[in-house]
Amino acid sequence: MEQNYYQKSIETMPAEEIKKLQSEKLVKQVKHVYENVEYYRNLMDEKGVKPEDIKGIEDLHKLPFLTKADLRDAYPYGLLAKPLEDCVRIQSTSGTTGRRVVAFYTQKDVDLWEDCCARAIMAAGGTKKDVCQVAYGYGLFTGGAGLHGGSHKVGCLTLPMSSGNTERQIQFMTDLSATILCCTPSYAAYIGETLKEQGYKPEDIPLKAGIFGAEPWTEEMRRGIEETLGIKAYDIYGLTETSGPGVAFECSEQTGMHVNEDHFYPEIINPDTGEVLPEGEKGELVFTALDKEAFPLLRYRTRDICVLSRKKCSCGRTLIKMAKPMGRTDDMLIIRGVNVFPSQIETVLLNEGYQPNYQIVVDRANNTDTFDVNVEMNPEQFTDKVSDVLAMEKSLAGAMKTMLGINPSVHLVAPKSIARSEGKAVRVIDKRKLV
Amino acid sequence: MAIKQLTVFVENKQGTMVSITEILSKNNINIRALSIAETQDFGILRLIVNDEEAAKTILADAGYLIKITNVVGVKIGDAPGKLCEALKVLDESNINLEYLYAFMARTEKHAYVVLRVEDNDAAENVLVNAGFHLITEADIRKL
Repeated sequence: MEQNYYQKSIETMPAEEIKKLQSEKLVKQVKHVYENVEYYRNLMDEKGVKPEDIKGIEDLHKLPFLTKADLRDAYPYGLLAKPLEDCVRIQSTSGTTGRRVVAFYTQKDVDLWEDCCARAIMAAGGTKKDVCQVAYGYGLFTGGAGLHGGSHKVGCLTLPMSSGNTERQIQFMTDLSATILCCTPSYAAYIGETLKEQGYKPEDIPLKAGIFGAEPWTEEMRRGIEETLGIKAYDIYGLTETSGPGVAFECSEQTGMHVNEDHFYPEIINPDTGEVLPEGEKGELVFTALDKEAFPLLRYRTRDICVLSRKKCSCGRTLIKMAKPMGRTDDMLIIRGVNVFPSQIETVLLNEGYQPNYQIVVDRANNTDTFDVNVEMNPEQFTDKVSDVLAMEKSLAGAMKTMLGINPSVHLVAPKSIARSEGKAVRVIDKRKLV
Repeated sequence: MAIKQLTVFVENKQGTMVSITEILSKNNINIRALSIAETQDFGILRLIVNDEEAAKTILADAGYLIKITNVVGVKIGDAPGKLCEALKVLDESNINLEYLYAFMARTEKHAYVVLRVEDNDAAENVLVNAGFHLITEADIRKL
């Protein structure tokens, strides 16, 4: 396959040069953060690290980590490194552990994020001649905004569809001959199934490539989508905390995602000790934003478990590759593309007058996640009418939907029927086979 | 006047009914009438027994979620159309029925109907005014 690059000099830069570039950016960035972010300055002071101790990327390990808890503590402005008047955008997560992550962007931040997405689109074979259908959600979610911007940068004709309304997706896809589809893999699978039901054969579908991310998916699922839609399916990685999708992207080799390491420096650490692990070892992925201005997180712990590799890639890119994340260090679940923490369920139950005795069961049926929550019935609210119990289930599901952004099926069960073990209760049963 | 019904939350699991009836049997509780409303996940078991307080205690001790609900018991003739007559009385007074179940008496030529409505007193009044006999806790004990 002929290779297209959006920023060839960076994407194919020799390792030594990229290290130099990263070092220069890091030194400046640490100074910027230390001067402008009191929260991180305090963390550095506590650790006894000064900006002048950071002379290059080899000194990165001296800096303190940031975690999700820091983001919560510093909400909303505590990690902001630019005056609000210099910011032009926010994006936000679906509402995690009771408090959303709100990320701020200057115009430069938006540009570099969109550049990253443009690299991903071109690595998937995209050019200005393509018609790019963006079926990620638009709005606070980074999926729609990121790929939309990247598609513009490449010069594709952009179809800003947002997610949902599958009939309309299919109509625009076929009428306007969309060649690239960007959405979650489960939605891609769903669109594929719908097209199949309508009698479309893969060769009748104009698409040639898809860029799918924001939720875990398997190789098996990839092959399924590729066959149904007659395309090549590319993985993309990112998180709101670092900017959004495009932190890493797949190329034609489909053996891991190239990290845009000129902007986001990846480390793999031992999640228990914080020690940096050598290339090729499995551990927690940590990102440092090297040149973001408004929300520059240094050493942010993603809680994703993965492996980095700098093996030569047939696509010609020299950017380091990360494997598809193999798990999480915390109990976060990604269900239908949405981050779900068991603690959020607990919060809802306490708010609604239930004991926090529950069990989350996640499975996958027809390539879509199923999400069931078993909750122990509150004896006070129990009545002899089935309609009352069903109404209680519905009302709980509604409260959870408000908190999480996705709808669970709630099942009330008898008190004390959910197993309690001596140590940690089994709160989550994830039956999806993802790796 | 209302009679007392035991309401038990039961999960759709194999052996649940065996376990409940076994507990009642061991404690010499006699079931007079029974109905189950079920959904895919759970059921609500409704029981009329000879000693609801004792039954409540022993089932609660065994870990069951249980409640005592007041329901209306009415005696109707054991002949075609008699249930319909009673229900018409309620309907004409706009008394909405949540659920009902019926059982036969062993000796008398009567059937008994257990009615669950929003307002027990109103239902009892209209039934009595229409000439129906209500059944009482004392009647249940004698059955």
